[in-house]
Amino acid sequence: MAKTITFKPLDIGFWLAWLGYIVFLGVAPLIFSSNLGLTVLSQIGTVIIAALSYNMLLGQTGMLSFGHAVYGGLGGFIAIHAMNLVAGGSLVCPTSLIPLVGGLGGAFFGVIFGWVTTKKSGTTFAMITLGIGELVASAALTFPEFFGGEAGITTNRVIGHAVLGISYGPQRQVYYLISAWLVICTIAMYAFTRTPLGRIANAVRDNPERCAFVGYNTQKVRFLVVVLAAFFAGISGGLGAINFEIVSSENVGALRSGSLLLFTFLGGVGSFVGPILGAVVYVFSLELLSKVTQAWPLYIGLLFLLIVMYAPGGLWSVVQMNMRIIKFQLFRQMLRPYAVILCAALPLFLGITTLIELAYARQLDVGGDAVVRIWGLPMDVTSLMPWLAAFVVAVIGAALFRRAARGFSLAWGRVHEIIAERTAGRGVSA
Amino acid sequence: MSVPLAIELRDLRKSFGKTEIIRGANLKVPHGQRFAIIGPNGAGKSTLFNLISGAFAPTSGEILLNGHNLAGLRPFEINRRGLSRSFQITNIFHRLSVFENLRCAVLYSLGYRYSFWQSLEKLADARERAENVLELIGLKRRSETPAGLLTYAEQRALEIGITVAGGAEVILLDEPTAGMSRSESDHAVELIRTVTEGKTLLMVEHDMSVVFGLADQIAVVVYGEVIACDTPERVRANAKVQEAYLGTPAEALDE
Repeated sequence: MAKTITFKPLDIGFWLAWLGYIVFLGVAPLIFSSNLGLTVLSQIGTVIIAALSYNMLLGQTGMLSFGHAVYGGLGGFIAIHAMNLVAGGSLVCPTSLIPLVGGLGGAFFGVIFGWVTTKKSGTTFAMITLGIGELVASAALTFPEFFGGEAGITTNRVIGHAVLGISYGPQRQVYYLISAWLVICTIAMYAFTRTPLGRIANAVRDNPERCAFVGYNTQKVRFLVVVLAAFFAGISGGLGAINFEIVSSENVGALRSGSLLLFTFLGGVGSFVGPILGAVVYVFSLELLSKVTQAWPLYIGLLFLLIVMYAPGGLWSVVQMNMRIIKFQLFRQMLRPYAVILCAALPLFLGITTLIELAYARQLDVGGDAVVRIWGLPMDVTSLMPWLAAFVVAVIGAALFRRAARGFSLAWGRVHEIIAERTAGRGVSA
Repeated sequence: MSVPLAIELRDLRKSFGKTEIIRGANLKVPHGQRFAIIGPNGAGKSTLFNLISGAFAPTSGEILLNGHNLAGLRPFEINRRGLSRSFQITNIFHRLSVFENLRCAVLYSLGYRYSFWQSLEKLADARERAENVLELIGLKRRSETPAGLLTYAEQRALEIGITVAGGAEVILLDEPTAGMSRSESDHAVELIRTVTEGKTLLMVEHDMSVVFGLADQIAVVVYGEVIACDTPERVRANAKVQEAYLGTPAEALDE
């Protein structure tokens, strides 16, 4: 067979990143071995799959969906019913493959709803997904036989006989099941970005009109991507069903869909890694930040605003830009601006969070006790002093931050100018 | 049996609301010819292109491609029958690299369609074809650059590249040299000549030096009708055509 041999330097960083990802998933439960650690890790695994599948729509095909939780949720319901059937003896399916059942369930609904939603694109598509989301959420309360009403459907994941000592009773075993599926799904979704359909999905995102004039039915492209994304969302839902042993109407609701959108965007839709980062932030805020402060949705909202305004490429794009600076050995020039801006940001951050916490404590009147601890300091919400002090610190912080930000953005611009010059020079010579 | 025409328009009409833009256009484009459509602004040249490529549906009349009626076909279906078009306003995949733009343009015609079970990198024919076109349009150096960052002239070249990459036999170019400098447009003429070798070309163009440099035949469209269709020399001498160019006989055409 005649084959052109093209020399391509082996991308070591690429393979190291994959290796690191898999090794980390393998050893993580040894590092975070507490119950909380395992719970958080397991949940992160399921959410990463959901966020990656959402990004197949938003980041790769340019489809803004407000109802993606529908597929994960319905996949979860199918999976949990399958588990209950297995427990009842009327179905044979090892627990390890239950996520696949969820995936097929998700894909099935992807075919049905995708057929409706992808008839239109852009804003109309977004509106139809919103409608489908509401439709399914209300159906969840109307058909208790399938959805279990308010309480949802519960199950016991320890079904059948233990295979090789794996019963999926202990959380650690569930974590490894989730991780195994996570690795498979991540590889599959990454591979998708390098297939003809995956590339044409990008083309549809960039310019649907032109896509039609190179022979593609853009509606069919969007439909196929929705079905595939729904399949992976369904796997995530199936894993969630095993992990929590319950699926309820919450799983298909608008709040879940909104969170998927928000955190995928927060992580970054322009790259493959972004949604993974977003999923981690999501579970951290849901499981950890929420235990520290009741104002956590407010903080997430503020973070989201900052990202939309200053780093629309998401958190991962911030990481990428800094890695680029490091690669060009210019990070030394950024050390001082970074130190200055962090010092200036600290009082601003402390001041604002203290004000927010004071407001929450006063509003919620925690336990009738007027004294709360904020950043380790006892503060009396009824007296003026802590409010005034926090306000003053915040104002001083804001003033300092403004100055520091100016210096920072100058340094940032300078560094990127140098990078642009160097890459332009390389482009001409190459 | 005679060989069917590449493109034939039969009494084609298109109205937007009460305004009739195309009023009974007739045109016969034989295979392997380079055809230029000229005419004053607002004559309906671009509308004609949008009708032929399926972007608009005609109000009445027929469009035939290789003897087959295109009625009711959508743009991607017309494209699959061997007709490809470029756009007056650059219409590329701006976030994809130049190479990926061209690879997207060849995938369907090579039969990969909606495949999500094959790796792009392993499709040697798609890569080769995209690289050939890359070479042809002179953008090899810019292969990895996102298309949105190209200069205007480079984007126009890519526009033509995407149009011809799929191997369509009938090529429609909508003002391929619009907004170009003299040297850029000379370069573009050469490019068009090369990439349309052995194919049927239909192009809308305002630049008369481009038209007379490329076209075998010229169709003059005025007020939605084809008032003349002939060789460049005869069109230049045609009184009706001279009149259409606002009573400044031959001046516009002599440019």
